[in-house]
Amino acid sequence: MISTILIIGGGQAGAQAIDTLRREGFGGRIVLIGDEPELPYQRPPLSKKYLSGEMAADRLLFRHRSFYDEHRIELKLGQRAVRLDAQARQVALADGETLSYDRLLLCLGAASRRLTCPGADLAGVHYLRGIADVGAIQAGLKPLARVVIIGGGYIGLETAATGIKMGCEVTVLEMADRIMNRVVAPSVSTYFSDEHASHGVRIHCDTRVVGLEGAGRVERVVCADGKSHAADLIVVGVGAVAATDIASAAGLACDNGIVVDEHCRTSDAAIFAAGDCTNHPSPHYGRRMRLESVDNAFEQAKTAALNMLDRPTVHDRVPWFWSDQFDNKLLIVGLSQDHDRQIVRGDPASRSFSVCYLKGRELLAVEAINHSKDYMAARKLIAERTLLNPEKIADGNCALKEAV
Amino acid sequence: MPKIVFTEPDGRRREIDAPAGITLMEAARQNGVQGILAQCGGACACATCHVYIDPAWLAQLESREDMEEGMLESAWEPRANSRLSCQIHVTAALDGLQVTVPQRQG
Repeated sequence: MISTILIIGGGQAGAQAIDTLRREGFGGRIVLIGDEPELPYQRPPLSKKYLSGEMAADRLLFRHRSFYDEHRIELKLGQRAVRLDAQARQVALADGETLSYDRLLLCLGAASRRLTCPGADLAGVHYLRGIADVGAIQAGLKPLARVVIIGGGYIGLETAATGIKMGCEVTVLEMADRIMNRVVAPSVSTYFSDEHASHGVRIHCDTRVVGLEGAGRVERVVCADGKSHAADLIVVGVGAVAATDIASAAGLACDNGIVVDEHCRTSDAAIFAAGDCTNHPSPHYGRRMRLESVDNAFEQAKTAALNMLDRPTVHDRVPWFWSDQFDNKLLIVGLSQDHDRQIVRGDPASRSFSVCYLKGRELLAVEAINHSKDYMAARKLIAERTLLNPEKIADGNCALKEAV
Repeated sequence: MPKIVFTEPDGRRREIDAPAGITLMEAARQNGVQGILAQCGGACACATCHVYIDPAWLAQLESREDMEEGMLESAWEPRANSRLSCQIHVTAALDGLQVTVPQRQG
């Protein structure tokens, strides 16, 4: 008999798990423990419309407080879970309270990867992960402020675009030979580099940061090529690391994330995990992976909730991602690894095109730039493993969903 | 405050107070209206906040933009009165708007 379900982590996954548990009729005790004081909120706008001030904080919330009251959710917000005793099925909080559970769901998320170079702890060096990080960055995004972004991934580039909107002078330093190199095709990197350049962002690739300097507060970034870049504010976006501390300390299997099976169950049968913190199998792609994505958090939380209620459900999703930079929307579905062919549909100069990745005749992934039709069609084609005709794909006049 | 009437997939009617300025999706999500998943949170990137607008109200709304049009094309059972609720901002003129949530999203 399951009477108490504990959820650690108040992000997308934690919020979704509550919803599924109650909708599926679980009437027992649900406790949500979150180390941030806010009600569960969405993170993607933090580097976009929330950072620019276009979106107020209350619009970030998944649910009003009344929703949690009506659904009898005990919220323990602003509280950190410090220890997990899997044998005793207990979680200890920083304030000394100990909570027992029948099922535990870990939605621990990921933490920003930190710089380790000299000067990394100077004032004026920021990371963007939670609402609490935003205020100080916003305060620094003043007209003519010299903003240096370390890392040309989603967060760095979205912050760069927002900085330009706020009138800042923005420089992006990227270690690889092109921006977003881990997630998009070279042609897409080129498109976005050009977009950023046309708005005044200075992007330097092949640039490794070796130190940050300043008297008490950061004043410049020093790079391996000997160049330095003056900075009033630095935002670091160099990836994230799965948060696994209490899980690994409790003896749960962890390996670049908390290891879960296709039911989102950890190596302890009473403990489940969902979202950015998991290393999970993907039946569709036939390999293990760790994803940082809203969809993955949402869907794994649903799957975990159902399995916690002993309703066997398998997590098998084609992942998708998006990024907003200036007035461009980048939509990505699928994972391109192992492709043997890449086809560009449409002309990047038209500001609307897509890149399709194939293995044989099977579509593995699509990157769509301002092209929601190809993106939506691809979601279905990839999930259903529809065999496609490469010649028709290459014909930009043929709708992707008709390219069979 | 404008009121929006949502009909959930199981037929239940929910009358939601929606302050002007937020989107229909946000009003629905914050109040836990069933069937609106809104995974991307309003970025027009997922088509999981698809709704049917009472045809009598369609003329009151701004028309669909290309991105929304493209998303809806492959949504679950799109109709002429389909919209993504994240693309509709609540205004005083929409007080009483009737919205139906489809049986499923995506």
